[in-house]
Amino acid sequence: MNDDPAALLPELLLLAGAVAGLLTGMFVPRGRQRAVAWICAAALAAALAVTVTATGGAAFGSYAPDALTQAARAVVAGGTLLVIALVAAEARGHRREAEAYVLVMLAALGSVLLAGAGDLLVLVPAYLLASIPAYALAGFGKDAPGTEAALKYYLMGAFLGVLMLAGVTLLYGLAGATGYRAAGAALALAPGAAAACAVVLLLAGLLFKAGGVPAHFWVPDVAEGAPVAVAAFVTTVPKIGALAALLRVADELGPGGWDVIVAIVAAATMTLGNLAAFHQDDVRRLLAYSTISQAGYVLVPVAVAQHTALARPAVLFYLAAYAVTNVGAFAVVAATGRGTLDGYRGLGRAAPGLGLALVVCLLGFAGIPPAAVFVAKVLVFAAAWDGGYAWLAVLVLVNTVASLYYYLRWVAVVFRGDPPAAPPPGLARAVACVAAVASLALGVGGGVLLGRAA
Amino acid sequence: MTVLTVVIFLPLAAALGLLAVPRVRGRAATWVWIAVSAADLALVAVMWAGYRGGIGYETRLRWIPTLDAGYHVGVDGLSLPLIALTALLFLVCGVHSLGERRRERAHAALFLFLQSVSLGLFAALDLLLFFVFFDLSIVGMYFVIAGWGHGDRARSALTFFLYTFLGSLALLLGFVGLFLGGGTFDLVELARNPPYAASPGVASLVLLAVGVGLAVKTPVFPVHTWLPPAHTDAPAAGSAILAGILLKMGTYGLARVAMPALPDAWRAHAWLIMAIGLVSVLYGALVALAQPNLKRLVAYTSVNHMGYAVLALGAAGLAPGGGRAGELAVSGAVTQMVSHGLITGALFLLTGVLWDRAGTYDMDRFGGVAGRAPVFAALLAAAAFASLGLPGFSGFIAEFQIFVGVIGAGAVVLGAAAVLGILITAALFLRALQRVLLGGPGELTGRVTDLRPAETAAVAPLLALSVLIGVAPRWLLDVIEPAAAALSSLAGR
Repeated sequence: MNDDPAALLPELLLLAGAVAGLLTGMFVPRGRQRAVAWICAAALAAALAVTVTATGGAAFGSYAPDALTQAARAVVAGGTLLVIALVAAEARGHRREAEAYVLVMLAALGSVLLAGAGDLLVLVPAYLLASIPAYALAGFGKDAPGTEAALKYYLMGAFLGVLMLAGVTLLYGLAGATGYRAAGAALALAPGAAAACAVVLLLAGLLFKAGGVPAHFWVPDVAEGAPVAVAAFVTTVPKIGALAALLRVADELGPGGWDVIVAIVAAATMTLGNLAAFHQDDVRRLLAYSTISQAGYVLVPVAVAQHTALARPAVLFYLAAYAVTNVGAFAVVAATGRGTLDGYRGLGRAAPGLGLALVVCLLGFAGIPPAAVFVAKVLVFAAAWDGGYAWLAVLVLVNTVASLYYYLRWVAVVFRGDPPAAPPPGLARAVACVAAVASLALGVGGGVLLGRAA
Repeated sequence: MTVLTVVIFLPLAAALGLLAVPRVRGRAATWVWIAVSAADLALVAVMWAGYRGGIGYETRLRWIPTLDAGYHVGVDGLSLPLIALTALLFLVCGVHSLGERRRERAHAALFLFLQSVSLGLFAALDLLLFFVFFDLSIVGMYFVIAGWGHGDRARSALTFFLYTFLGSLALLLGFVGLFLGGGTFDLVELARNPPYAASPGVASLVLLAVGVGLAVKTPVFPVHTWLPPAHTDAPAAGSAILAGILLKMGTYGLARVAMPALPDAWRAHAWLIMAIGLVSVLYGALVALAQPNLKRLVAYTSVNHMGYAVLALGAAGLAPGGGRAGELAVSGAVTQMVSHGLITGALFLLTGVLWDRAGTYDMDRFGGVAGRAPVFAALLAAAAFASLGLPGFSGFIAEFQIFVGVIGAGAVVLGAAAVLGILITAALFLRALQRVLLGGPGELTGRVTDLRPAETAAVAPLLALSVLIGVAPRWLLDVIEPAAAALSSLAGR
């Protein structure tokens, strides 16, 4: 074991960015708080650069800076960078502008730690770090919908967090160790029912962060009630951490019965998410349910992670693809400021770039090539089939077709009707376009990245 | 990088250019489309002249190493005729669209995008690449129908998208199955070492998935129900491309993917495939016979004509060890794809004239059009005769080869029953010609003016080429036959 702190440089950069941002925010007048955004963005860009150029770090006992963590770091840093721009567009001149950036940075740090945790006792604080700033962000607007969203989010998170803690306790009691690998080895000898119980409890917290059924109820409320930039953040970044963490638990803790439990959760998540999205006229709720179904698709390779080598690239690539697509879609909502499907009538003619970005993101969600999610979905199909869960692949297929219906409802509106007044160009529009281009670039050139991450 | 890559992506580059330069608008955008398509066609002609057998103009680049998928393109005797057909049909659709008055810039960009997609599909030698273009063709056509169609276009476009997208995902599932069996998405390698040689059960399932995906696109009975509404509500140029190019992707996929990669399963189910083909032939013809709507009639004859191609490809699996009959059948199927593209493209562009002038396709409201619009009448009659397989047109060359191949492969009864399809087609086209062109003037006949120069210039080359193939087919068959022989021996091994 080689405890080299330099291996944690990306995490340290995120932390330093948050602290420096907080301090700067305290001493800078309200009109110049934009500086904090630049500090946070610089920290994120540095973390991204360090991650991309790193050559794999040494393993710590309870924290593993391996390929999985590297991928999570890169995706979280990249996604958060886009979100910071969205926050900057939305919170400009707000009384607590600096705090928004800092909270985003801290929750992003928590998400990275979730992915890298190799020990249950690191997982729990990472969960709290990823959650608590997000609660505060959800209520950032201090208005009625925001408060409701924050309260729901918090109550659900606290409840499921306690369940997770109980699961951790139970696991420790059964296995006598908290490190994933050590606990996994000991768990094989423990009574099956108790072990299964502990795994389910552990899943509760992670599914909450991932927005999976049955811990998904907060997603639509937060997406609708919180500011758009915050909605983009909480439906993207913490999910990345949680799903990466689930993959690591599957790999290293390797509890028995994992594939069946997660397969059922995945099936329920994608199906319920899609069914609920069908007749949504509120675009934020529609996107929220779509993020739930997307989480379901990512859970498919997580379920079969113990049976096929394709699962890991499938999860990692899906997370990257999902992050850019989801942030892009929310960025369009932020740029137009319109909450209902009808508000998008004629957008394709009023603002062709923005309309095109929306179409790329929505069709990308449905897995139309060459958007990034397409490659991810092919990997998911292959992993599910190879892992002995061909029925799950068929279910993904059926759900994908069903999801196309509500994505197309939105797409069709964009190109119909008279153009309304064009939304003013701004940072959010730039983010939407960057995300759409990134989605296409990732789809066309992502194979190379995939080779590295796997 | 070869000239093939330029051919594929030139229209796409032009489309992006059109979108990026808002100043090119109105008819100028359509002229850009025509110029680019003409340049593309010229490049294809150069490729045709320089083609020397085997896989020509091959390029292979890595794309997703984890899945062993790559940008692998090339042409052979199966794909080169279809690539040439694509380039020609998009050019004439451009000429025809000089009459388009709605959002010309987006219209031209969308069609150029579709042209790239179609060319890419026919050139693809990698399953994932094939699938990318396959899916994008659906997206492009969705926007064509939803944006420039008429009638209940939003609903038709949605039905089209959902239906064919479901098919495409079944196809993807089949492709993933091929990948898991063969360890690669590369078609050439899959054809060299067909996966699942030892497990016929899995091979049959994979063939089922691939077959369903391609059958929806072709379309064959009973998964053809998306086709009539899509055609009825699509604009004329959109219909011509949908029937002339996009439907070919289904049968081309059967010949390019299913037969070489799953030869054992193909042989085992040859009778089933032929039966589906035969039912499509007869069902398509009978339903077309009952149509009062001229465009729906033409749409259903597509089901009939593509049925012949499926029947022939199935027969190639029946012929022992390939053999002459299998070769003839495959060669007939490819000729049929080219011929159907030319003739149906012309037919749809011509029926579009009726909508343009009178706003309906209802045959009973016309009559005696021949007197008012002689050029229109002459071309429609020529196209109809070509479509029913009259000797002297390309359809005859194709269908004759198919019948000889099918009967030679041992399916005498099926072959004889398929000939019945020709009879019904002849009846329905003659009836249609009678109702629209001859007799006393109908309610809307007064509105039908003769073809504009652009419309004539779009339709005439298609029919001229059909006659050329019908009279002197050697130049085409010389390219197709070696590939057909190779394919039928692959499927018969």
